Amino acid sequence: MTIMIDTGNYIAAKAAVLARPQVVAAYPITPQTTLVEGIANYKGTGEYKGEYICVESEHSAMSACIGASEAGSRTFTGTSSHGLLLMHEMLHWAALARLPIVMCNINRVVGPGWNIWADENDSISQRDTGWIQFYCSSNQEIFDTVIQAFKIAEHKKIGLPIMINYNAFILSHTSMPVMVPDQKDIDAFLPPYEPQWKLDVDNPVTHGNIIGAEYYEKIRRAQHEAQEQAKSLIPTIAKEWKEQFSTYHGDLLEFYQCEDADHILVAMGAIGAESKAAINKLREQGVSIGLARLRCFRPFPTEEIITLSKQADLIVIDRNISVGSTGAVYQEIKGALYGRSDANVTGFIAGLGGKDVTYKDIEKMCTKAIKEPSHSQIWYGFKED
Amino acid sequence: MKKYKVVTSISYPKEGAMGKTGSWRVYKPTLDKEKCVKCLRCWIFCPEGAIKRHKDGSVEINYDYCKGCGVCANECKVKAIIMEREGKEE
Repeated sequence: MTIMIDTGNYIAAKAAVLARPQVVAAYPITPQTTLVEGIANYKGTGEYKGEYICVESEHSAMSACIGASEAGSRTFTGTSSHGLLLMHEMLHWAALARLPIVMCNINRVVGPGWNIWADENDSISQRDTGWIQFYCSSNQEIFDTVIQAFKIAEHKKIGLPIMINYNAFILSHTSMPVMVPDQKDIDAFLPPYEPQWKLDVDNPVTHGNIIGAEYYEKIRRAQHEAQEQAKSLIPTIAKEWKEQFSTYHGDLLEFYQCEDADHILVAMGAIGAESKAAINKLREQGVSIGLARLRCFRPFPTEEIITLSKQADLIVIDRNISVGSTGAVYQEIKGALYGRSDANVTGFIAGLGGKDVTYKDIEKMCTKAIKEPSHSQIWYGFKED
Repeated sequence: MKKYKVVTSISYPKEGAMGKTGSWRVYKPTLDKEKCVKCLRCWIFCPEGAIKRHKDGSVEINYDYCKGCGVCANECKVKAIIMEREGKEE
Protein backbone atom coordinates (compact mmCIF):
# COMPACT_ATOMS: atom_id res chain seq x y z
CA MET A 1 0.00 0.00 0.00
CA THR A 2 1.22 3.50 -0.83
CA ILE A 3 -0.15 6.98 -0.31
CA MET A 4 -0.46 8.95 -3.53
CA ILE A 5 -1.16 12.68 -3.45
CA ASP A 6 -2.77 13.69 -6.71
CA THR A 7 -5.75 15.19 -8.50
CA GLY A 8 -9.04 13.33 -8.95
CA ASN A 9 -8.23 12.72 -12.61
CA TYR A 10 -4.80 11.20 -12.02
CA ILE A 11 -6.20 9.14 -9.16
CA ALA A 12 -8.93 7.83 -11.49
CA ALA A 13 -6.24 7.04 -14.10
CA LYS A 14 -4.22 5.13 -11.49
CA ALA A 15 -7.30 3.16 -10.40
CA ALA A 16 -8.25 2.37 -14.00
CA VAL A 17 -4.77 1.04 -14.77
CA LEU A 18 -4.69 -1.07 -11.60
CA ALA A 19 -7.99 -2.66 -12.69
CA ARG A 20 -6.07 -4.02 -15.73
CA PRO A 21 -8.46 -3.12 -18.56
CA GLN A 22 -7.53 -4.68 -21.89
CA VAL A 23 -8.84 -1.70 -23.87
CA VAL A 24 -9.10 2.02 -23.17
CA ALA A 25 -10.57 4.12 -25.99
CA ALA A 26 -10.70 7.88 -25.56
CA TYR A 27 -10.89 11.14 -27.44
CA PRO A 28 -8.12 13.41 -26.16
CA ILE A 29 -9.35 16.95 -26.90
CA THR A 30 -11.60 19.37 -24.97
CA PRO A 31 -13.84 18.79 -23.07
CA GLN A 32 -11.66 15.78 -22.26
CA THR A 33 -9.70 16.05 -19.03
CA THR A 34 -6.27 14.98 -17.76
CA LEU A 35 -7.79 11.61 -16.81
CA VAL A 36 -7.09 10.03 -20.20
CA GLU A 37 -3.78 11.89 -20.46
CA GLY A 38 -2.88 10.09 -17.22
CA ILE A 39 -3.72 6.71 -18.73
CA ALA A 40 -1.80 7.55 -21.92
CA ASN A 41 1.16 8.34 -19.72
CA TYR A 42 0.92 4.93 -18.03
CA LYS A 43 0.84 3.39 -21.52
CA GLY A 44 4.06 5.26 -22.26
CA THR A 45 5.79 4.07 -19.11
CA GLY A 46 4.56 0.51 -19.67
CA GLU A 47 2.57 0.38 -16.46
CA TYR A 48 -0.61 0.08 -18.51
CA LYS A 49 -0.33 -3.01 -20.69
CA GLY A 50 -3.65 -2.94 -22.54
CA GLU A 51 -4.55 -1.28 -25.83
CA TYR A 52 -4.97 2.50 -25.88
CA ILE A 53 -7.14 3.56 -28.81
CA CYS A 54 -7.03 7.26 -29.56
CA VAL A 55 -10.23 7.86 -31.48
CA GLU A 56 -11.65 10.81 -33.44
CA SER A 57 -14.71 11.57 -31.26
CA GLU A 58 -16.46 10.53 -28.08
CA HIS A 59 -19.10 8.73 -30.15
CA SER A 60 -16.24 6.66 -31.55
CA ALA A 61 -14.70 6.23 -28.09
CA MET A 62 -17.87 4.62 -26.78
CA SER A 63 -18.29 2.62 -29.99
CA ALA A 64 -14.74 1.27 -29.67
CA CYS A 65 -15.39 0.36 -26.03
CA ILE A 66 -18.58 -1.44 -27.09
CA GLY A 67 -16.72 -3.41 -29.76
CA ALA A 68 -13.93 -4.31 -27.35
CA SER A 69 -16.36 -5.27 -24.62
CA GLU A 70 -18.40 -7.38 -27.04
CA ALA A 71 -15.18 -9.19 -27.93
CA GLY A 72 -14.78 -10.02 -24.24
CA SER A 73 -12.35 -7.33 -23.02
CA ARG A 74 -12.42 -5.34 -19.81
CA THR A 75 -12.93 -1.79 -21.03
CA PHE A 76 -12.57 1.71 -19.61
CA THR A 77 -12.97 5.26 -20.86
CA GLY A 78 -13.34 8.80 -19.58
CA THR A 79 -15.19 11.86 -20.77
CA SER A 80 -16.89 15.08 -19.71
CA SER A 81 -19.86 17.35 -20.56
CA HIS A 82 -20.25 17.67 -24.36
CA GLY A 83 -18.13 14.56 -24.83
CA LEU A 84 -20.62 12.59 -22.78
CA LEU A 85 -23.48 14.11 -24.74
CA LEU A 86 -21.89 13.05 -28.02
CA MET A 87 -21.77 9.48 -26.65
CA HIS A 88 -25.48 9.48 -25.85
CA GLU A 89 -26.62 7.12 -28.60
CA MET A 90 -23.93 4.58 -27.78
CA LEU A 91 -24.61 4.80 -24.04
CA HIS A 92 -28.02 3.26 -24.72
CA TRP A 93 -26.38 0.64 -26.90
CA ALA A 94 -23.82 -0.35 -24.26
CA ALA A 95 -26.50 -0.80 -21.61
CA LEU A 96 -28.96 -2.71 -23.81
CA ALA A 97 -26.13 -4.98 -24.98
CA ARG A 98 -25.39 -5.56 -21.28
CA LEU A 99 -21.72 -4.61 -21.55
CA PRO A 100 -19.86 -3.87 -18.29
CA ILE A 101 -17.95 -0.83 -19.56
CA VAL A 102 -16.67 1.46 -16.80
CA MET A 103 -16.38 5.17 -17.51
CA CYS A 104 -15.51 8.25 -15.50
CA ASN A 105 -17.41 11.39 -16.34
CA ILE A 106 -16.15 14.69 -15.03
CA ASN A 107 -19.26 16.77 -14.37
CA ARG A 108 -18.84 19.98 -16.34
CA VAL A 109 -21.12 22.69 -17.64
CA VAL A 110 -22.99 22.17 -20.89
CA GLY A 111 -22.81 25.09 -23.36
CA PRO A 112 -23.43 27.49 -24.87
CA GLY A 113 -22.21 29.76 -22.28
CA TRP A 114 -18.85 28.00 -22.55
CA ASN A 115 -17.43 27.09 -19.18
CA ILE A 116 -15.69 24.03 -17.79
CA TRP A 117 -16.67 24.20 -14.15
CA ALA A 118 -18.78 21.88 -12.05
CA ASP A 119 -22.40 21.24 -13.03
CA GLU A 120 -24.26 17.95 -13.18
CA ASN A 121 -26.59 18.53 -16.12
CA ASP A 122 -24.32 16.48 -18.40
CA SER A 123 -24.74 13.18 -16.55
CA ILE A 124 -28.28 13.90 -15.38
CA SER A 125 -29.17 14.06 -19.09
CA GLN A 126 -27.97 10.44 -19.33
CA ARG A 127 -30.24 9.26 -16.54
CA ASP A 128 -32.40 7.03 -18.73
CA THR A 129 -29.65 5.27 -20.69
CA GLY A 130 -29.59 2.24 -18.37
CA TRP A 131 -26.16 2.97 -16.89
CA ILE A 132 -25.51 2.69 -13.17
CA GLN A 133 -24.47 6.15 -11.97
CA PHE A 134 -22.21 6.97 -9.02
CA TYR A 135 -21.37 10.47 -7.75
CA CYS A 136 -18.15 10.79 -5.76
CA SER A 137 -17.16 13.34 -3.17
CA SER A 138 -13.43 12.71 -2.61
CA ASN A 139 -10.45 11.42 -4.54
CA GLN A 140 -10.29 8.32 -2.33
CA GLU A 141 -13.89 7.62 -3.21
CA ILE A 142 -13.08 8.02 -6.91
CA PHE A 143 -10.26 5.49 -6.59
CA ASP A 144 -12.28 2.95 -4.63
CA THR A 145 -15.39 3.35 -6.81
CA VAL A 146 -13.50 2.79 -10.08
CA ILE A 147 -12.17 -0.58 -8.88
CA GLN A 148 -15.45 -1.58 -7.25
CA ALA A 149 -17.35 -0.55 -10.39
CA PHE A 150 -15.63 -3.20 -12.51
CA LYS A 151 -16.61 -5.84 -9.99
CA ILE A 152 -20.23 -4.64 -9.86
CA ALA A 153 -20.57 -4.17 -13.63
CA GLU A 154 -19.07 -7.56 -14.47
CA HIS A 155 -21.10 -9.47 -11.87
CA LYS A 156 -23.26 -12.11 -13.58
CA LYS A 157 -26.43 -10.68 -12.06
CA ILE A 158 -25.65 -7.16 -13.29
CA GLY A 159 -23.87 -6.92 -16.66
CA LEU A 160 -24.47 -3.18 -16.97
CA PRO A 161 -22.11 -0.30 -17.72
CA ILE A 162 -21.20 2.08 -14.89
CA MET A 163 -20.61 5.82 -15.00
CA ILE A 164 -18.57 7.30 -12.15
CA ASN A 165 -19.21 11.02 -11.91
CA TYR A 166 -17.17 13.60 -10.07
CA ASN A 167 -17.30 17.38 -10.10
CA ALA A 168 -14.95 19.31 -12.34
CA PHE A 169 -12.06 21.10 -10.65
CA ILE A 170 -13.36 20.67 -7.10
CA LEU A 171 -12.29 17.03 -7.42
CA SER A 172 -10.88 16.55 -10.92
CA HIS A 173 -8.10 19.13 -10.50
CA THR A 174 -7.62 19.15 -6.74
CA SER A 175 -4.92 17.06 -5.08
CA MET A 176 -5.74 14.93 -2.07
CA PRO A 177 -3.91 12.05 -0.39
CA VAL A 178 -5.27 8.67 -1.47
CA MET A 179 -4.53 5.20 -0.16
CA VAL A 180 -3.50 3.07 -3.15
CA PRO A 181 -3.36 -0.70 -2.53
CA ASP A 182 -0.73 -2.91 -4.17
CA GLN A 183 -1.46 -4.48 -7.54
CA LYS A 184 -1.57 -7.99 -6.08
CA ASP A 185 -4.25 -6.98 -3.59
CA ILE A 186 -6.30 -5.30 -6.31
CA ASP A 187 -5.93 -8.46 -8.43
CA ALA A 188 -7.19 -10.56 -5.52
CA PHE A 189 -10.21 -8.28 -5.14
CA LEU A 190 -10.90 -8.01 -8.87
CA PRO A 191 -10.29 -11.22 -10.82
CA PRO A 192 -10.04 -11.18 -14.64
CA TYR A 193 -13.25 -10.47 -16.54
CA GLU A 194 -15.37 -13.43 -17.57
CA PRO A 195 -17.87 -12.16 -20.16
CA GLN A 196 -21.47 -13.32 -20.03
CA TRP A 197 -21.57 -13.28 -23.81
CA LYS A 198 -19.13 -12.31 -26.51
CA LEU A 199 -18.55 -12.17 -30.23
CA ASP A 200 -16.52 -15.28 -30.92
CA VAL A 201 -15.62 -16.75 -34.33
CA ASP A 202 -15.72 -20.24 -32.82
CA ASN A 203 -19.27 -19.71 -31.60
CA PRO A 204 -20.85 -17.35 -34.14
CA VAL A 205 -23.86 -15.25 -33.11
CA THR A 206 -25.53 -12.14 -34.47
CA HIS A 207 -25.89 -9.23 -32.05
CA GLY A 208 -28.19 -6.25 -32.40
CA ASN A 209 -30.53 -8.09 -34.74
CA ILE A 210 -34.16 -7.20 -35.45
CA ILE A 211 -36.58 -8.32 -32.75
CA GLY A 212 -40.28 -7.87 -32.10
CA ALA A 213 -41.91 -6.05 -29.21
CA GLU A 214 -42.35 -9.22 -27.17
CA TYR A 215 -38.59 -9.82 -27.01
CA TYR A 216 -37.71 -6.16 -26.71
CA GLU A 217 -39.88 -5.83 -23.61
CA LYS A 218 -38.01 -8.77 -22.08
CA ILE A 219 -34.68 -7.07 -22.70
CA ARG A 220 -35.86 -3.86 -21.01
CA ARG A 221 -37.32 -5.79 -18.09
CA ALA A 222 -34.09 -7.77 -17.60
CA GLN A 223 -32.11 -4.51 -17.69
CA HIS A 224 -34.40 -3.01 -15.06
CA GLU A 225 -34.10 -6.10 -12.87
CA ALA A 226 -30.31 -5.92 -13.12
CA GLN A 227 -30.47 -2.33 -11.80
CA GLU A 228 -32.69 -3.53 -8.95
CA GLN A 229 -30.17 -6.30 -8.18
CA ALA A 230 -27.42 -3.70 -8.06
CA LYS A 231 -29.16 -2.15 -5.06
CA SER A 232 -28.11 -5.10 -2.95
CA LEU A 233 -24.82 -5.86 -4.70
CA ILE A 234 -23.37 -2.35 -4.36
CA PRO A 235 -23.45 -2.49 -0.50
CA THR A 236 -22.03 -6.04 -0.52
CA ILE A 237 -19.06 -4.99 -2.63
CA ALA A 238 -18.52 -1.77 -0.65
CA LYS A 239 -18.39 -3.92 2.50
CA GLU A 240 -15.99 -6.42 0.94
CA TRP A 241 -13.72 -3.50 -0.04
CA LYS A 242 -13.93 -2.07 3.46
CA GLU A 243 -12.90 -5.37 5.02
CA GLN A 244 -9.95 -5.69 2.67
CA PHE A 245 -8.76 -2.10 2.34
CA SER A 246 -10.43 -0.27 5.29
CA THR A 247 -11.87 2.68 3.31
CA TYR A 248 -15.63 3.08 3.03
CA HIS A 249 -17.83 5.85 1.61
CA GLY A 250 -21.34 4.48 2.12
CA ASP A 251 -23.51 2.20 0.02
CA LEU A 252 -26.20 3.73 -2.19
CA LEU A 253 -26.16 6.62 0.28
CA GLU A 254 -23.65 7.75 2.85
CA PHE A 255 -25.26 8.62 6.18
CA TYR A 256 -23.72 11.29 8.38
CA GLN A 257 -25.26 12.09 11.78
CA CYS A 258 -28.65 10.81 10.65
CA GLU A 259 -29.54 8.57 13.64
CA ASP A 260 -31.59 11.05 15.66
CA ALA A 261 -32.00 13.82 13.08
CA ASP A 262 -35.30 15.62 12.58
CA HIS A 263 -34.03 17.13 9.34
CA ILE A 264 -31.95 15.34 6.73
CA LEU A 265 -30.10 16.98 3.89
CA VAL A 266 -29.79 15.03 0.65
CA ALA A 267 -27.07 16.13 -1.76
CA MET A 268 -24.55 14.51 -4.06
CA GLY A 269 -21.06 15.05 -5.47
CA ALA A 270 -18.78 17.69 -4.03
CA ILE A 271 -21.70 19.52 -2.38
CA GLY A 272 -22.29 16.27 -0.49
CA ALA A 273 -18.80 16.48 0.99
CA GLU A 274 -19.06 20.17 1.80
CA SER A 275 -22.37 19.47 3.53
CA LYS A 276 -20.61 17.57 6.32
CA ALA A 277 -18.99 20.81 7.45
CA ALA A 278 -22.38 22.53 7.36
CA ILE A 279 -23.94 19.71 9.42
CA ASN A 280 -21.17 20.08 12.03
CA LYS A 281 -21.84 23.82 12.29
CA LEU A 282 -25.60 23.34 12.56
CA ARG A 283 -25.15 20.61 15.18
CA GLU A 284 -23.02 23.03 17.21
CA GLN A 285 -26.03 25.37 17.17
CA GLY A 286 -28.20 22.55 18.48
CA VAL A 287 -30.01 21.82 15.20
CA SER A 288 -31.06 18.20 14.86
CA ILE A 289 -29.81 17.60 11.34
CA GLY A 290 -27.99 14.91 9.38
CA LEU A 291 -26.77 14.25 5.84
CA ALA A 292 -27.68 11.48 3.45
CA ARG A 293 -25.19 11.89 0.64
CA LEU A 294 -26.49 10.28 -2.52
CA ARG A 295 -23.69 8.12 -3.97
CA CYS A 296 -25.81 6.17 -6.37
CA PHE A 297 -28.34 7.99 -8.54
CA ARG A 298 -29.11 4.95 -10.71
CA PRO A 299 -30.37 2.65 -9.31
CA PHE A 300 -32.17 5.23 -7.18
CA PRO A 301 -32.37 4.25 -3.48
CA THR A 302 -36.15 4.70 -3.21
CA GLU A 303 -36.60 2.48 -0.13
CA GLU A 304 -33.86 4.23 1.86
CA ILE A 305 -35.32 7.64 1.01
CA ILE A 306 -38.77 6.53 2.20
CA THR A 307 -37.24 5.30 5.48
CA LEU A 308 -35.49 8.66 5.99
CA SER A 309 -38.72 10.54 5.33
CA LYS A 310 -40.49 8.62 8.13
CA GLN A 311 -37.96 10.06 10.53
CA ALA A 312 -37.24 13.54 9.23
CA ASP A 313 -38.16 16.36 6.86
CA LEU A 314 -35.89 16.39 3.84
CA ILE A 315 -33.81 19.17 2.33
CA VAL A 316 -32.49 18.59 -1.18
CA ILE A 317 -29.76 20.44 -3.04
CA ASP A 318 -29.43 19.98 -6.80
CA ARG A 319 -26.48 21.13 -8.88
CA ASN A 320 -28.56 20.52 -11.99
CA ILE A 321 -31.97 21.39 -13.36
CA SER A 322 -34.39 19.58 -15.58
CA VAL A 323 -35.55 22.79 -17.22
CA GLY A 324 -39.31 23.17 -17.08
CA SER A 325 -39.49 20.90 -14.03
CA THR A 326 -37.11 20.79 -11.04
CA GLY A 327 -33.66 19.50 -10.12
CA ALA A 328 -33.26 15.77 -10.81
CA VAL A 329 -32.67 14.63 -7.23
CA TYR A 330 -35.64 16.66 -6.01
CA GLN A 331 -37.81 15.08 -8.71
CA GLU A 332 -36.72 11.57 -7.81
CA ILE A 333 -37.31 12.11 -4.11
CA LYS A 334 -40.75 13.62 -4.61
CA GLY A 335 -41.62 10.73 -6.90
CA ALA A 336 -40.41 8.19 -4.35
CA LEU A 337 -42.36 9.75 -1.48
CA TYR A 338 -45.71 10.44 -3.12
CA GLY A 339 -48.41 8.59 -1.17
CA ARG A 340 -45.87 7.06 1.18
CA SER A 341 -44.78 9.94 3.37
CA ASP A 342 -45.97 13.32 4.58
CA ALA A 343 -42.49 14.71 5.11
CA ASN A 344 -41.74 18.21 3.90
CA VAL A 345 -39.27 18.17 1.03
CA THR A 346 -37.65 21.56 0.52
CA GLY A 347 -35.45 21.83 -2.53
CA PHE A 348 -32.69 24.16 -3.66
CA ILE A 349 -30.99 24.71 -6.98
CA ALA A 350 -27.42 25.77 -6.25
CA GLY A 351 -24.00 25.83 -7.86
CA LEU A 352 -25.06 25.86 -11.51
CA GLY A 353 -22.29 26.80 -13.92
CA GLY A 354 -19.72 25.98 -11.26
CA LYS A 355 -20.92 28.68 -8.86
CA ASP A 356 -19.21 28.06 -5.55
CA VAL A 357 -21.32 26.40 -2.86
CA THR A 358 -19.58 26.72 0.50
CA TYR A 359 -20.53 25.12 3.79
CA LYS A 360 -21.87 28.54 4.81
CA ASP A 361 -24.24 28.53 1.84
CA ILE A 362 -25.38 25.03 2.75
CA GLU A 363 -25.90 26.15 6.34
CA LYS A 364 -28.09 29.02 5.10
CA MET A 365 -30.13 26.73 2.86
CA CYS A 366 -30.72 24.29 5.71
CA THR A 367 -31.67 27.06 8.14
CA LYS A 368 -34.15 28.47 5.63
CA ALA A 369 -35.67 25.05 4.95
CA ILE A 370 -36.07 24.34 8.66
CA LYS A 371 -37.62 27.75 9.35
CA GLU A 372 -39.89 27.77 6.31
CA PRO A 373 -40.34 24.20 5.11
CA SER A 374 -42.08 23.93 1.76
CA HIS A 375 -42.86 21.46 -0.97
CA SER A 376 -41.17 23.57 -3.57
CA GLN A 377 -37.73 24.30 -4.91
CA ILE A 378 -35.84 27.56 -4.47
CA TRP A 379 -32.99 28.99 -6.57
CA TYR A 380 -30.49 29.66 -3.83
CA GLY A 381 -28.67 32.99 -3.98
CA PHE A 382 -30.06 33.89 -7.39
CA LYS A 383 -29.66 37.60 -8.07
CA GLU A 384 -31.92 39.39 -10.54
CA ASP A 385 -30.15 42.09 -12.59
CA MET B 1 -23.37 -24.26 -30.15
CA LYS B 2 -23.00 -22.41 -26.85
CA LYS B 3 -26.10 -20.46 -25.79
CA TYR B 4 -25.74 -17.41 -23.59
CA LYS B 5 -27.94 -16.72 -20.59
CA VAL B 6 -27.75 -12.94 -20.75
CA VAL B 7 -30.91 -11.17 -21.96
CA THR B 8 -29.95 -9.04 -24.94
CA SER B 9 -30.56 -9.22 -28.68
CA ILE B 10 -28.46 -12.21 -29.69
CA SER B 11 -29.52 -14.57 -32.46
CA TYR B 12 -27.99 -17.92 -33.26
CA PRO B 13 -27.36 -19.07 -36.84
CA LYS B 14 -30.13 -21.28 -38.23
CA GLU B 15 -31.32 -22.08 -41.74
CA GLY B 16 -34.15 -19.81 -42.77
CA ALA B 17 -34.62 -17.89 -39.53
CA MET B 18 -36.60 -15.26 -41.46
CA GLY B 19 -38.72 -17.81 -43.41
CA LYS B 20 -38.41 -18.71 -47.08
CA THR B 21 -37.03 -15.47 -48.47
CA GLY B 22 -37.04 -16.91 -52.02
CA SER B 23 -40.57 -15.52 -52.30
CA TRP B 24 -39.09 -12.01 -52.41
CA ARG B 25 -37.46 -12.76 -55.77
CA VAL B 26 -38.32 -10.88 -58.97
CA TYR B 27 -35.46 -12.12 -61.17
CA LYS B 28 -34.51 -15.77 -61.05
CA PRO B 29 -30.94 -16.99 -61.71
CA THR B 30 -30.63 -20.10 -63.85
CA LEU B 31 -27.40 -22.07 -63.97
CA ASP B 32 -26.23 -23.68 -67.18
CA LYS B 33 -24.23 -26.69 -65.94
CA GLU B 34 -22.64 -27.18 -69.39
CA LYS B 35 -21.00 -23.74 -69.22
CA CYS B 36 -20.06 -23.91 -65.51
CA VAL B 37 -16.30 -24.34 -64.88
CA LYS B 38 -16.71 -24.92 -61.09
CA CYS B 39 -14.68 -21.84 -60.19
CA LEU B 40 -16.99 -21.27 -57.15
CA ARG B 41 -17.10 -17.49 -57.53
CA CYS B 42 -20.92 -17.58 -57.25
CA TRP B 43 -20.66 -19.68 -54.11
CA ILE B 44 -18.18 -17.23 -52.56
CA PHE B 45 -20.11 -14.08 -53.49
CA CYS B 46 -23.71 -15.15 -52.77
CA PRO B 47 -24.64 -12.87 -49.82
CA GLU B 48 -27.35 -15.27 -48.63
CA GLY B 49 -25.51 -18.59 -48.69
CA ALA B 50 -28.17 -19.75 -51.16
CA ILE B 51 -25.71 -21.57 -53.43
CA LYS B 52 -24.93 -25.10 -52.41
CA ARG B 53 -21.53 -26.59 -53.19
CA HIS B 54 -21.29 -30.28 -53.96
CA LYS B 55 -18.27 -32.48 -53.30
CA ASP B 56 -17.27 -32.54 -56.96
CA GLY B 57 -17.19 -28.73 -57.02
CA SER B 58 -20.45 -28.34 -58.91
CA VAL B 59 -22.99 -25.86 -57.54
CA GLU B 60 -26.75 -25.68 -57.17
CA ILE B 61 -29.00 -22.70 -56.42
CA ASN B 62 -31.37 -23.03 -53.46
CA TYR B 63 -34.52 -21.28 -54.66
CA ASP B 64 -36.11 -21.43 -51.19
CA TYR B 65 -33.76 -18.65 -50.05
CA CYS B 66 -32.38 -17.04 -53.25
CA LYS B 67 -33.76 -13.46 -53.30
CA GLY B 68 -32.69 -12.93 -56.90
CA CYS B 69 -30.13 -10.20 -56.29
CA GLY B 70 -28.08 -11.26 -59.31
CA VAL B 71 -24.66 -11.03 -57.68
CA CYS B 72 -23.86 -14.60 -58.80
CA ALA B 73 -24.70 -13.82 -62.43
CA ASN B 74 -22.62 -10.66 -62.29
CA GLU B 75 -19.63 -12.50 -60.84
CA CYS B 76 -19.77 -15.49 -63.18
CA LYS B 77 -16.86 -15.15 -65.64
CA VAL B 78 -18.26 -17.64 -68.18
CA LYS B 79 -21.83 -16.33 -68.15
CA ALA B 80 -23.19 -19.64 -66.92
CA ILE B 81 -25.84 -17.89 -64.83
CA ILE B 82 -28.57 -15.87 -66.47
CA MET B 83 -31.23 -13.75 -64.74
CA GLU B 84 -34.80 -14.02 -65.98
CA ARG B 85 -37.92 -12.30 -64.77
CA GLU B 86 -40.25 -14.61 -62.90
CA GLY B 87 -44.01 -14.47 -63.35
CA LYS B 88 -45.89 -11.84 -65.36
CA GLU B 89 -44.85 -8.24 -65.73
CA GLU B 90 -47.61 -5.92 -64.50
